[in-house]
Amino acid sequence: MPNDTSRRTALKTGFAAALIAALPATGAVALTEARAKALVNQVVGDINRVIASGKPLSSMIRDFETIFRKYADVNIIARSTLGADSRRASAAQMRAYTDAFRGYVARKYGKRFNEFAGGKIEVKGVREVKSWHEVTSTVYLRGEAPFEVRFLVSDRSGKDLFFDMVIEGISLRLSERTEIGSMLDRRKGNIDALIADLKTAG
Amino acid sequence: MTASYVTRMLRPALLTILGFTVVLVAGCTQPDPALTRGAPFDPYEAENRRMHAFNRSIDRAVLRPAGTGYSKAIPDDIETVIGNFSNNLSLPAAIANSILQGNGKAATEDFYRFLVNTTIGLGGLFDTATDLNMPAENGADFGQTLYVWGVNEGPYLELPLMGPATTRDAVGKAVDIFTNPLSYVVGTPETYYGTAAAVSSRLSARGRYSDAIDSVLYDSADSYAASRSLYLQNRRFKVGKDGSDNYLDPYDTGSASPSDPYGDPYAE
Repeated sequence: MPNDTSRRTALKTGFAAALIAALPATGAVALTEARAKALVNQVVGDINRVIASGKPLSSMIRDFETIFRKYADVNIIARSTLGADSRRASAAQMRAYTDAFRGYVARKYGKRFNEFAGGKIEVKGVREVKSWHEVTSTVYLRGEAPFEVRFLVSDRSGKDLFFDMVIEGISLRLSERTEIGSMLDRRKGNIDALIADLKTAG
Repeated sequence: MTASYVTRMLRPALLTILGFTVVLVAGCTQPDPALTRGAPFDPYEAENRRMHAFNRSIDRAVLRPAGTGYSKAIPDDIETVIGNFSNNLSLPAAIANSILQGNGKAATEDFYRFLVNTTIGLGGLFDTATDLNMPAENGADFGQTLYVWGVNEGPYLELPLMGPATTRDAVGKAVDIFTNPLSYVVGTPETYYGTAAAVSSRLSARGRYSDAIDSVLYDSADSYAASRSLYLQNRRFKVGKDGSDNYLDPYDTGSASPSDPYGDPYAE
């Protein structure tokens, strides 16, 4: 019997040890899921406030740029839209490109905010995908079927930030990669000319 | 000159029929080239670009002004009613496709939606199902059915007037037009109501999403590449909605592939 008891104790201890070992891991995942959702809740809250404010378009564009700057990893989005060409860009070019890109995105997407008048966004769920978290939300617009927007959130920049927005399967990052690629082709691959174009585009 | 112009315009249609045969015969076991390569699978790019220029000129000359005018002239509520009516008429075909896909849940949900909107919604003029919080419309089409049956996406195509498609979806669209179950039930004059409603709701959408469509067709650096990218991303999402992951895991191939929408940008 002592053998049995000790085996049971050993089993219990082992189980407890395994549990403790597992705890921080599951704890961390849950925390990140919660954090990812919290980030998107903040983004969505800010966007809903801008939509509801009914401000003139120019000020909505400014508000959108603030949201984009605060919650999105603009560096990684900009780098990713430049694709392989980002490797031959100098540090100074990368900085100038990222700044121009931020303004371009704010103008291009900010001016569409009036289409959202009377609408709202609701955060639905979150799941872990590969090395990031995908937060699903639903957009309700007046007189239209609701549609899905996913925010991809990562902390690999050192902060919790979203690095993509996917609307009904259409990724902002990938679509802009196509667009920036075309703009770069039009300038025969000249990054400085692309940056100059971007400053007035959108 | 006119003859060669017509041939040029018809070529994609012929390619579609040819493509149908090719996807059906050869398609099922090979990996889908459209999903395993970095760039979009677009071997007919030259023809497609010519068709895109043609579609764009039609849009500029006819669709855009007509859509904007239509949207302005018709009150929003009437536009919604016509849109509802047209949408409701598309449900029987969607139900048939859900059945072909073996998706009983989608078929049942769309059947009840059709039933409710046709009766309480006064022949589909009102979207009562949505007001009652019934499950969202599944809206299957034959292109999706082909996907479920394992047919590859095939080359990208730009069709006359209808715009972007993949070979698989071009075939799907053709089959959808000729096999709409409604046309077997409803008499001749009545089927035109459906067609008229579909045309109207298309115009209405052109007017309503004017800014969004203009930004792709007229503000993009390369409107052909932009519409191709948007179409393919959205279509893959719609087609595989209930399926598992459509995309390659970038970690399996060793690097983030540009064709993988969800490749980790930090990994580059």
